[in-house]
Amino acid sequence: MNPAENTDFEVRSLDAVCVNESQLQHPWWFNLKYLLVGLFFGIVFVKAEIISWYRIQEMFRLQSFHMYGVIGSAVVVGMISVWAIKRFNIRTIYGEVIDFHPKKFNKGNVYGGLLFGFGWALTGACPGPLFAQIGTGALVIVVTLLSAIAGTWVYGYFRERLPH
Amino acid sequence: MNEFLNTLQKPWPWYVAGPLIGLTVPILLIIGNKSFGISSSLRHICAACFPANIKFFKYEWKKEAWNLFFVTGILLGGMVAATLLGSNEPLQVNDNLRLELATYGITDISALVPTEIFNFANLFTVQGFIMMVGGGFLVGFGTRYAGGCTSGHAIMGLSNLQLPSLIATCCFMAGGFIMANLILPYILSL
Repeated sequence: MNPAENTDFEVRSLDAVCVNESQLQHPWWFNLKYLLVGLFFGIVFVKAEIISWYRIQEMFRLQSFHMYGVIGSAVVVGMISVWAIKRFNIRTIYGEVIDFHPKKFNKGNVYGGLLFGFGWALTGACPGPLFAQIGTGALVIVVTLLSAIAGTWVYGYFRERLPH
Repeated sequence: MNEFLNTLQKPWPWYVAGPLIGLTVPILLIIGNKSFGISSSLRHICAACFPANIKFFKYEWKKEAWNLFFVTGILLGGMVAATLLGSNEPLQVNDNLRLELATYGITDISALVPTEIFNFANLFTVQGFIMMVGGGFLVGFGTRYAGGCTSGHAIMGLSNLQLPSLIATCCFMAGGFIMANLILPYILSL
């Protein structure tokens, strides 16, 4: 195994995603199906006003049930789905076994979580809605997105020196 | 058909939207063994464009390209929703919030993001800089530090009964409550 792969693995072990990925090699256009899922997802984001700055403020001020209903019911449906996939050994459409990787707690979950919470209340958006807001024509949000990319980069730069 | 389109154009209630978002979890798993998560797309963009020899960005981002297709789809979905499915109905905003925002001079509630704060000219004011540039930075830095965002932790992680995700989600909410109630009022009065 070459050192680059080692690094890769170590980095992934702390990360929420980038695990549980398919080992299959497909031509690039197979990825178009994710574009379609994203498209559907983006429509839901806008039509349910999840990307509304006001909805996020209402959530953090306990002025509306809306966002709690959205996130709560999404989690319930997600839980039932994951349970069903495990219980009935449901495979992917390519016949691969779907496997789940447990997450390991680190202090970043707390510190990073709080910092993200600050940003969420300021921008009224988590990363997904940033993309959807730009799509609806709020072009200035491109600046917010670039800043979020910069934030991710700065995290990567200082990662070794931050408490985890 | 027209009636159907009319229904779609109205704002969707939470009990329609929430389950649809929840269904994204099994859809992504079943069509390609992908764990639902969005903030990692920001990392892939860093890895693709500015890896700068940083360990955290030295990985085969092309293998994660699906995630970039996914967020591109979200952007296109925003376009479709704003054009084909756009509604003329006014936004629903809580009356107390509306009154509070009015005290800061925010009265134009026609767009999903308040245009009186989020506009290019305001980028050059302290308030606009904190909210757009500072807020964006915290979203990018915080999600990666926490190892995920609302989708990766709150939805995917909780669906898989992961305790770290529950802790992260509670911290997201705590951070949001502190900012929205204790700090944001000062920023909005700038």
